Amino acid sequence: MRRPPRVVRAQRLTIVNGILLVVTLIVVLQLWLLTATMNAYLGGDTSIVMPAALASLACFGLNLGLLRYLMRLG
Amino acid sequence: MIPRAGKEPAVADRLVTPPDGAPYEAQPRWRHDFPIDAAQDDYVSRRELAKFIVLTSAAFAAGQFWIVLKSVRATLSPPRALRIAAHNEVPVGGAKVFRYPEGSTPRLLVRTGEASYVAYDQQCTHLLCPVVPDVASGRLHCPCHNGWFDLHTGQVLAGPPQRPLPRVVVEVRDDGVYATGVEERTT
Repeated sequence: MRRPPRVVRAQRLTIVNGILLVVTLIVVLQLWLLTATMNAYLGGDTSIVMPAALASLACFGLNLGLLRYLMRLG
Repeated sequence: MIPRAGKEPAVADRLVTPPDGAPYEAQPRWRHDFPIDAAQDDYVSRRELAKFIVLTSAAFAAGQFWIVLKSVRATLSPPRALRIAAHNEVPVGGAKVFRYPEGSTPRLLVRTGEASYVAYDQQCTHLLCPVVPDVASGRLHCPCHNGWFDLHTGQVLAGPPQRPLPRVVVEVRDDGVYATGVEERTT
């Protein structure tokens, strides 16, 4: 059975940069979510508070998974 | 440290990776004196940045749950009815500033008729200046930036405010006027 080719340094760098980009995008999404939720909550709309919190938690979980992958990559 | 040409590198030295990946013998002389593990050099700062961004992500998620906590607390303990004025305290066309619930931002009670009252947050939704009632024209005026609100609905009529004034629900009872709730609104 053939072993998968080893990821060379340049490829690893691309992966790391890609992960950084995705993680940053997710954080920007979370920032938008927090702003929108705060605006709705202060306006008396509490119906979206819980779904938004769960969505933000899911984003954090995704980020944590990506960070874990990044740590294992080296 | 990268060993000189012809010498067998020690175990620790073999862990050091030159950036071009060429054998030790092919490395320039200066690199023998300043060995840098290129792989580590590239990845450490990026990992640190990723850790920081994920920490920010955790802070945002915590912020969301803080809002949930505040929302649940407000639902479990709604403010109780509070007597805010006696009937003879506010003349028709007059107004009174009160706080409901205790410790809140100032609210404004306006008597629009013999038995009709309206109450709103006193702070303009633009930049929090106090609004002034004008019962004759049926409007509330914010003198700071010339914002106008409808006295009977609290909706924006003109000026820079984008949101209506939060409305305090009032109830007229025999012994006076009571505030029973606050209606926050975005539209």
